Amino acid sequence: MLDFIARRLVAIIPVLAVVAVLVFLMLRLTPGDPAAVIAGDNATSDQIADIREKLGLNLPIWQQFGIWIGNMLQGNFGESFFFKKTVAELIAQRVEPTLALALCTLIFAVAISVPIGVAAAYKQGSAFDRSVMAFSVLGFSMPTFVIGYCLIYVFAIELGWLPVQGYVRIAVNFGQFFERMILPSITLSVGFIALIARITRASVLEVLNEDYIRTARAKGLSNRVVLMRHALRNAAVPIMTVIGLGIAILIGGAVVTESVYGLPGLGRLTVEAVLSRDFPTIQTVILLFSVVYVVINLLIDISYTLFDPRIRY
Amino acid sequence: MADKKPVLEVRNLTVALPSGADRAHAVEKVSFTVSPGEIVCLVGESGSGKSVIAFTVMGLLAKALKPTGGEILLEGENVLTASEQRLRELRCTRMSMIFQEPMTALNPVMTCGEQIDEVLRTHTKLDPGARRTKILGILKRVKLPEPERIYASYPHQLSGGQRQRIMIAMALVLDPVLLIADEPTTALDVTTQAEILKLIAELQTSQGTGVLFITHDFGVVAEIAHKVAVLRWGELVEMGPTEQILSRPQEGYTRMLISSVPSIVPAHRGVRLDKATVLRTEKLGKTYSGKSFFQKARTVKAAVDVDLDIRKGETLGIVGESGSGKSTVARCIARLIDPTEGKVYLGDTEIATISASRLRPHRRKVQIVFQDPYRSMNPRITIGESIIEGPMNFGLKRDEALARARRLMETVRLDPNSLDRYPHQFSGGQRQRICIARALAMEPELLIADEAVSALDVSVQKQVLELLDEIRVRLNLAVLFITHDLRVAAQICDYVAVMSQGRVVEYGAAEQVFGSPKHDYTKALFAAAPGRHWEFGKFAAA
Repeated sequence: MLDFIARRLVAIIPVLAVVAVLVFLMLRLTPGDPAAVIAGDNATSDQIADIREKLGLNLPIWQQFGIWIGNMLQGNFGESFFFKKTVAELIAQRVEPTLALALCTLIFAVAISVPIGVAAAYKQGSAFDRSVMAFSVLGFSMPTFVIGYCLIYVFAIELGWLPVQGYVRIAVNFGQFFERMILPSITLSVGFIALIARITRASVLEVLNEDYIRTARAKGLSNRVVLMRHALRNAAVPIMTVIGLGIAILIGGAVVTESVYGLPGLGRLTVEAVLSRDFPTIQTVILLFSVVYVVINLLIDISYTLFDPRIRY
Repeated sequence: MADKKPVLEVRNLTVALPSGADRAHAVEKVSFTVSPGEIVCLVGESGSGKSVIAFTVMGLLAKALKPTGGEILLEGENVLTASEQRLRELRCTRMSMIFQEPMTALNPVMTCGEQIDEVLRTHTKLDPGARRTKILGILKRVKLPEPERIYASYPHQLSGGQRQRIMIAMALVLDPVLLIADEPTTALDVTTQAEILKLIAELQTSQGTGVLFITHDFGVVAEIAHKVAVLRWGELVEMGPTEQILSRPQEGYTRMLISSVPSIVPAHRGVRLDKATVLRTEKLGKTYSGKSFFQKARTVKAAVDVDLDIRKGETLGIVGESGSGKSTVARCIARLIDPTEGKVYLGDTEIATISASRLRPHRRKVQIVFQDPYRSMNPRITIGESIIEGPMNFGLKRDEALARARRLMETVRLDPNSLDRYPHQFSGGQRQRICIARALAMEPELLIADEAVSALDVSVQKQVLELLDEIRVRLNLAVLFITHDLRVAAQICDYVAVMSQGRVVEYGAAEQVFGSPKHDYTKALFAAAPGRHWEFGKFAAA
């Protein structure tokens, strides 16, 4: 087990190396000059050249890459072109809203989707089952921003139950923090719920055909016990896998959701950084997302051993 | 026994099939009783409705099947009209069931102890300590070693026989009056089967449990049944005491069924003439090793020092239990897997070590018929395409290949005009004939039949065996016949190799091996064969 974790952690290094090269190259190969953005609309070409020189953008690409990697290995993530802060500071400031949003979404999505998935499987072919399936197609195909604006229109503007936008730190006022988290979490959950509910349903349906479910029923257990104790735990592995894969969707969705609700998180930071060609910030955020993704999937793999004693690493 | 009140009375039971099925009723007007301490066998081929009856009694029928008539009385109480709640109360307390596949019948993510504990928690008010004592007691009664360890084990850590013992312990922990056993030993090896049958009989006698035992195997019937009911297409054909049904059956169907059981006494096949060797293995071995970076490599010797030879026109049987290495040997011979040691000579060519490209021309000469005719054919292409695919790969023109396929369909006694049909339009026995035709289309020198008749009903099995033997004679074909079934081996093999733990422990002419086995393992295997004392099909005058 420890071997396994160690090996997987070591395996993060090549993943990060590939991501680093790809992000770096893509940023350099797409059109748009950070110096021009920083200099503003009225700048002369001399001023722009000056800024380019200062940012080190005139060096050959491989040399820029070497400097960046060298700095990173010493724990220096560079300085933002645009925000006049170190990237580390920027991220530290922006991490809380994103973390809060991701956690709320995850908890909310799992709490809703797993029960409805199980219920849909148990009542296969019923009206409930069919509406769950219809919802999951709809939920998965609706863009996050559409859901977001619809929810804002109904619950914030028409009904006035919840604030439209903005963020309050947990430490400042929990109540206000919480009511500002509700709509974004629901928005971001919809696709996730659709995905997990569908997989839960399929996975439980498959398990319900297994011989040991018949055995459980032959023991005189109630349907609830058969479903929860025998079926769900055996169906857990595929469900966990999808939750892990879904983290990627979550990250993508966070970018949009934070923009819609004006949350000052990493997602919005990414958008702002991309729009202003803030190379160091983009590179670091993308690398951070990669690390999170790989680590979460490692945790998911480890969680398999909790559900299935046959899985040992 | 007849004067005791029966524990189970089935009266005129009819179970409807959903519309669109091949017949209206899964079970039609079936009546029988099971008395305390009595073992009643329901015998029949697949589709006879025997399992449907068992599931109806337990109230576990699939939703598509509906009991539409008759009654099922469990100690006088009609379970067909009982509520779902009442049925749950009855399960495991008054009636219990054990199933065919011990490998899949237990929940893989719960310990065996927990799974038995569930029964006690659901049906009794015992405290945890008392429950544990009771569970350890029943584990001891089903003769599981180290009950404490077994209690904490997960199913995958136990063998098939041990798992079936867990199932039996679970079923009998609350001393039900009725035990329903649905083919409980079919998936087990013959020696394990003998132990489980003995265990069921012992427990049943000591507690006076009535047993409804479902099987397709007349050997098992002869071994365990007090009373036999023969079913066909959902109807009861004949019922009576075991001795009477086996030796003086009244109905033609029963006689046919019993006569189809292959005899364990080998047929006299004549002496070996000095024929050409088609295939010879020399110290053939296959070792599997799981390599891993950090862990020590685990090696499994699936086959060790196997020396065999098969001559033209002869059948060599490899018999053994699961895991004995018999299929590994067959696969090495066909080079479906690469042997790790030894040599395989096909004629004069050594094929165990030659490269894949040089092996290709020789592939044609060895063909295999697999166990499961339902899964060994591509469901999305017609059987004609399946048959001609091989010969066309070897350069035969399409119309010539089709002509050959038509001839072969006649050889295996199927309609040559059905070549454009798909596999699902055929029955299991017909599919196996198609698989044989497909193998023969390559004009092989050696035909390997890997458990080729094991999935078939006994009457169909008989026909396929006869067909195989006829083809062998007519084409002067060498046949390697892999089977776990001693009766089948006794009827079809000229020579027999008995395998155990990867090694050939006894090898010789079938008559000699079956007549006077030398090795202890062979002797144990024969001693465990169910119904070995019974000469099936020798009927007394009715």
